[in-house]
Amino acid sequence: MTSSDTSTRATTIGTRSIVERRLRTRRRSASPTRRKDSPRRRLRASWQLYALLLAPVVELALFNYWPMLGVQIAFRNYNPVGGIWGSPWVGLANFDRFVHSYQFWPIIKNTLILHGYELIATFPLPIMLALALNHVRRKAFSRTVQMITYAPHFISTVVVVGMLFVLLDPQTGIMHYLLHAVGLPTPDLLNNPAWFRHLYVWSGAWQSMGFSAIIYLAALAGIDPGLHEAAIVDGASKFKRIWHIDLPGIAPVAIILLILSMGSALTTGFEKVLLMQNTLNLNTSEVIDTYVYKVGLGSQVPQFSYGTAINVFQSVVGLVLIVASNKIARRFSSSGLW
Amino acid sequence: MATRARIRDSRSDRIFTIWNVTILTLFTVSVLYPLVYIVSASISDPHAVNSGKMWLWPVQVTIEGYRTVFAYHEIVTGFLNSLFYAVVGAAFSVSLTLLAAYPLSRRDLYGRGPIMVYFLIPMVFSGGMIPTYLVVHQLGLLNTRWALVIPGAVSVFQVIITRTFFQVSIPEDLLEAARVDGCNDFRFFFRMVLPLSKPIIAVNALFYAVGQWNSWFNALIYLTNQHLFPLQLVLRQILILNSVDPSQVTDASLLAHQQALQDLLKYGLIVIASIPPLLAYPFVQKHFVKGMMIGSLKG
Repeated sequence: MTSSDTSTRATTIGTRSIVERRLRTRRRSASPTRRKDSPRRRLRASWQLYALLLAPVVELALFNYWPMLGVQIAFRNYNPVGGIWGSPWVGLANFDRFVHSYQFWPIIKNTLILHGYELIATFPLPIMLALALNHVRRKAFSRTVQMITYAPHFISTVVVVGMLFVLLDPQTGIMHYLLHAVGLPTPDLLNNPAWFRHLYVWSGAWQSMGFSAIIYLAALAGIDPGLHEAAIVDGASKFKRIWHIDLPGIAPVAIILLILSMGSALTTGFEKVLLMQNTLNLNTSEVIDTYVYKVGLGSQVPQFSYGTAINVFQSVVGLVLIVASNKIARRFSSSGLW
Repeated sequence: MATRARIRDSRSDRIFTIWNVTILTLFTVSVLYPLVYIVSASISDPHAVNSGKMWLWPVQVTIEGYRTVFAYHEIVTGFLNSLFYAVVGAAFSVSLTLLAAYPLSRRDLYGRGPIMVYFLIPMVFSGGMIPTYLVVHQLGLLNTRWALVIPGAVSVFQVIITRTFFQVSIPEDLLEAARVDGCNDFRFFFRMVLPLSKPIIAVNALFYAVGQWNSWFNALIYLTNQHLFPLQLVLRQILILNSVDPSQVTDASLLAHQQALQDLLKYGLIVIASIPPLLAYPFVQKHFVKGMMIGSLKG
């Protein structure tokens, strides 16, 4: 939308409403930012804005706030007759059962290792990509690289996992023939618990790295070019300029993104884990969310209360993680979420 | 500029540039290779693919794979269902997002702080999978198309981006001028704000449509009726659970080689499922990065 467009639209409305104004007997208050009116008047003045807000507010009330009330079934023994409000209270029995189940420690361990590994492996990659792209002089080259590396972001999880299955198939996949060509045996990566985490993390890196670099590229574009010019005059090499100008320049953005991903680390990617999971790699691939799905909705005898309790447990761990990482970020630098 | 810089390049900078370009090229090739391989495999003879004769460019070009894809009932219904979910879902989500974002961008909205908090809380806390399922169940949405369209239609993150866009790009003077001319809030929103906000509408539409197209988990838990399944769920059955049902194929000539049916399907299916989001992307890209940046960074 260009500015000339804007002004023509403004004038059309202007001329049209001269007529309207003549017809009007009452005129509205002119200033939209008047602050001294009484609350009741201000409520009435913006009733149209409240009307616009109505639909989204109802949507959130139904599908975000109502389920929050439903979390109480974690402390009840849910049955369909009693429902959310009428099932008997059992206190912390569901939590107790989870903490003492033989699957507790393996699941916690798998969840933390998988997402910790993912965080450490995929956090620096987009930064490196953005720094490298930022120092490419040929714009056509950097644009091509960006176009290609964004693309996998738009491919669905099902397709990415399907591609893994097809490409790494030990009998017919291309990996088999590539390894065969250099005289190596083909391992069955897909059914091997030792390989599950690597496949999960690196296919994720393949998919998201290019897209995640966008935000760092924008942050790099915001760095004062004068700093680079001064550094060049002083004879700083490119590597030195990256180290002393670019990296400090994007550090605040990086820290905020790191904290945010710490907070959501436990919940992201669960759908992909579920797709990649099979009975042979269950040792490393069973995480909290897949377990919730299994005992809750995926099972023949759904245990709604038990599943919800595990979910609540996970949210608490997630909250602790995000608070802790914010504290750490606060200690070592001036930027944090709050 | 370029020549001046080239003269100045020191030895270490030249090494850096060579490294930089080499690594970027290698990385790009590694992203590109699986994609090219899949596309080539989808139009190659399946025997050549399975015996490793095809490694980059298509061998013995055939469109048999795509014929199978289009002869397979579930895939065609899935594709159409997914189109419905993407279009209707995106329209619904974009409308709600715009309706939420505009009032929140207005500084004179009485009670803006508390309303904003109301929108922010779901970003941090959620009821989780099972309570949400129970709500969808209670509302009678289970096993209807609306189960995939209505629940979770608003992404608070998108609301914030859109709100920031409005704050930055709709000047307050415009509102005052319209007010003086007797324009009310409804009219200002529909006649002024929306026409001025095409970039952010495009960003939202792309975000929601691609999200709908690529999602499968909600369909897995909310739907049991096969006729409503989105494409991704059909893909999951064929690619991941490895279950191909020959009775789904109507074309008799294709049934002749049932053995190869699955191999024929896989590659073509991956391509077909990925084309719509990839097609949408370049069209909206120029708006996308701009709208995303205005919305997120200037907050």
